[in-house]
Amino acid sequence: MSDWRPTAEFSALRRRAQLLSSVRALFATRGVLEVETPLLASAPVTDPNIEAITTVAPDGDALMYLQTSPEFAMKRLLAAGSGPIYQICKAFRRGERGRRHNPEFTMLEWYRPGLSMAELMDEVAAIVGLAVGPLSVKHHTYQHVFELHCGLNPHSASLDELKACAHSHMDIHFDTDDRDTWLQLLMSSVIEPALDRESLSFVCDFPSEQAALAKTFVNPGGVELAARFEAFYAGMELANGYNELTDAAELVRRIRQDHSRRTDNDQVLPPIDRHLLKAMASLPACVGVAVGFDRLSMLACKAERIDEVIAFPLERA
Amino acid sequence: MANYSTNEFRNGLKVMLDGEPCSILDNEFVKPGKGQAFNRVRLRNLNSGRVWERTFKSGESLEGADVIDQNMEYLYNDGEFYHFMDPDSFEQFQADLKAVGDASNWLKEQDVCTVTLYNGAPLSVTPPNFVELEIVETDPGVKGDTAQGGTKPAYLSTGAVVKVPLFLSVGEVIKVDTRTGEYQNRVKS
Repeated sequence: MSDWRPTAEFSALRRRAQLLSSVRALFATRGVLEVETPLLASAPVTDPNIEAITTVAPDGDALMYLQTSPEFAMKRLLAAGSGPIYQICKAFRRGERGRRHNPEFTMLEWYRPGLSMAELMDEVAAIVGLAVGPLSVKHHTYQHVFELHCGLNPHSASLDELKACAHSHMDIHFDTDDRDTWLQLLMSSVIEPALDRESLSFVCDFPSEQAALAKTFVNPGGVELAARFEAFYAGMELANGYNELTDAAELVRRIRQDHSRRTDNDQVLPPIDRHLLKAMASLPACVGVAVGFDRLSMLACKAERIDEVIAFPLERA
Repeated sequence: MANYSTNEFRNGLKVMLDGEPCSILDNEFVKPGKGQAFNRVRLRNLNSGRVWERTFKSGESLEGADVIDQNMEYLYNDGEFYHFMDPDSFEQFQADLKAVGDASNWLKEQDVCTVTLYNGAPLSVTPPNFVELEIVETDPGVKGDTAQGGTKPAYLSTGAVVKVPLFLSVGEVIKVDTRTGEYQNRVKS
């Protein structure tokens, strides 16, 4: 096998190109504006689970970051009055390489001022439909999928119950008292593979600890939840959608929380995006979602590996 | 030994897990768009041959195992041990039947095998993919029958039993694929 050749077949690259143009056509008919924001950014996301790739500013020696998602810049456009926008762009994440990951990947991200979460999920289904054709859609809450596949309530289960459940499903090398780590392990290793492979499954209402930049709310049972969904198809995570946080003070609180987790883990502390903080006051109520475009292409091509739908993955870059 | 982090886990990397030398078979990176990354790793315990599946948090590390694969010439079997020699250093190593395992079916003197050393001692032996061995016992050959599909068992000089076409006779040398144990062709002497 020659290393200079693409890992994807041309038939897959052609299908991918078709999918790109059909996505653009769909947004054009719905009046959503295509935008481009910088890949080279002054501040990355603070999420402790996402590590940006660092580089040096072209005009000095300050550090700059290859963006890990266009979220912050797109929110600045929304705050400036753009109306509904979408972007198809490269995003970069250090260390993320595997069957479904390449550290440089293509993100489809869009924001819809005024739409409800239910309407946004319908739009995600329409986009996924462009890749796979007619599909059935299922809606679950985070609590429901845990009750169904793990036999426990994720919001009230004790740390020991979560650990015991994880250990009953797999052989685990680590131990931690962080509940969230166990919830995430169960989600990605037990629930995700058990979701109906033939339907687009939306899971919504995440624990508030996993809110990231979503609004939170209190459900009738008194549990604080994040207004977030994830979409899964064929055993694979496809999309992450939020009812976007618009409160600048709460944003600062969450960034501090990320920073303290980063400090605990001996991770670097990236700078805070001050442009975003200033823009937050003008950010309209909106919902937003990010879809892994390479994964959408994998579905369209019935591919098992991301390498089958990108020309040159990391090792051949 | 060096430590290896989960993102350095490549197929074939030798690491220590629970005090046992293991070879990594598969490393699946599992990461939600938002959230903690994990690695689901399949490893073969090189002592027992058993396959383990273990889940790590990404970024955890394991100590490397002092395991190396080395080409060595098979010398002889003294009834208890199999003796091998490093053709470069002439250093000799003895491996017991546990280490040699099924490779004993295919060991012919002077053939070059891959010997896996753990802390300097043979842990396992992999024979060449193809070996040429003499038939020492089989039913008499059927003349002219070179095209029909029938087979018969043949005992080879190493003790292995292989299914061969009906036309072959005692004393002939055949080529065998050691990975499948299947007859390949007759070797013209």
